[in-house]
Amino acid sequence: MKIKLNIWKQANAKAKGRFEKYELDGVDTEMSFLEMLDSLNEKLIKEGKEPVTFEHDCHEAICGCCSLYINGHPHGPGKETATCQVHMRSFKDGETITVEPWRAKGFPVMKDLMVDRNAFDKIMSAGGFVSIDAGQAPDANSILVGKIDADKAFDAAACIGCGACVAACKNSSAMLFVAAKVSQLALLPQGKVEAKRRALNMVAKMDELGFGSCTNTGACEVECPKGIGIDFIAKLNREYLSASFSEAE
Amino acid sequence: MTKFFTSSIGQKFFMSITGLFLMLFLIVHLTINSLLLFGDGTLFNQAANFMSSNPVMKVIEPILALGFILHIIYAAYITLKNMKARPKGYKITTKTKASWASKNMFVLGTLIFIFLVIHLANFFWKVKFGTVETVMVEGKELHDVYALVAGLFKGWWWYDVIYIVGVIFLFLHLTHGFWSAFQTIGWDNEKWMPRLKVIGYIYSIIICGGFAFIPLYFLIKYAV
Repeated sequence: MKIKLNIWKQANAKAKGRFEKYELDGVDTEMSFLEMLDSLNEKLIKEGKEPVTFEHDCHEAICGCCSLYINGHPHGPGKETATCQVHMRSFKDGETITVEPWRAKGFPVMKDLMVDRNAFDKIMSAGGFVSIDAGQAPDANSILVGKIDADKAFDAAACIGCGACVAACKNSSAMLFVAAKVSQLALLPQGKVEAKRRALNMVAKMDELGFGSCTNTGACEVECPKGIGIDFIAKLNREYLSASFSEAE
Repeated sequence: MTKFFTSSIGQKFFMSITGLFLMLFLIVHLTINSLLLFGDGTLFNQAANFMSSNPVMKVIEPILALGFILHIIYAAYITLKNMKARPKGYKITTKTKASWASKNMFVLGTLIFIFLVIHLANFFWKVKFGTVETVMVEGKELHDVYALVAGLFKGWWWYDVIYIVGVIFLFLHLTHGFWSAFQTIGWDNEKWMPRLKVIGYIYSIIICGGFAFIPLYFLIKYAV
């Protein structure tokens, strides 16, 4: 199949950037979206042009690296998929595909389609951990966790920190990401010790880094490649409010 | 706790609390207004005069005004801040499915605010500071608020249109606002989310259906 591409090109963080049009022939429907971009880059290199910069790593939707806003959807078409699991069969022959980087103040563009997502690492450093020794694998059996809590914590832990929630949100809010991380740890006994401080510090960091606030549109959960629900945001609100009213700081 | 007032969740908390308070007010407002539908207006006049003169309401009135003001100011502030969180927008605007009302709460709020100004000028201002005629009911001199309301509703059909359009904006605002308020204060989970959305719709239909019915009732009653 033949496709037309409209891709954001930006030389560096400070450059202005613009959309560049490309045409690519001989695209296989079984190609993944990233393979298609690879073949575009091969073609560009052969032509002596600069290839398109984009991020990818694991190709199995667990690393959260691939972050492309394709035709108005973070991670492109399809439910609960990361960009690496989007295939060209999802597009029509001759279709124009517009590819943009995540747009958020907290995620500045570094080059072309690659954004700086260090903000999420900074939020994690602010409290997304447990300080106590959680022990070795066998120790997991010594602290019993109820089935409901274990399942819920696992659902939250599925978050790969790709930033699609921020990209989809009209307010560029990182609430779903922070909600998943706060909930995952707050649900487990090992994480309960620091639960209050964690909620306060991670939300403070999120605000500081320029992410917007949540207006409950639910766009994030629709685009989340891991299907994290906004009920976790209600839990984050609960955790944060109770921590604010009880923690003496 | 000091950080709470400036944090994103803290600010949303005030939006939620003031919103819930205003939703309670709507119930009281509609209850009193529904008296317009019964009898010759004596009942409504008594209720309206009671609401404007008793000492408890004198205390609640400024609190209500504060509720409105905080809700509006916080909304404007949060919306501006949220717009700054995306300095450069997308070429292809989002195709993600989300309810129209949820994405346009500030637009709806602004439209409701415009309606509110018209509404206050037409009723509240006239009763409070203007010259509303009085009637004698059981030996007491009361403001004839019924005549004011009925006069507007049956006399100026375009006023009914403004009123009903205002109520439709309010309906859309409430369909998202109701469950969203609970979500923001953390009173929500997987099970309660669909329930709260349904309760929100029922609440919005009753409140806005009720408010919209009253001008229609006057139009139909006095049409001939």
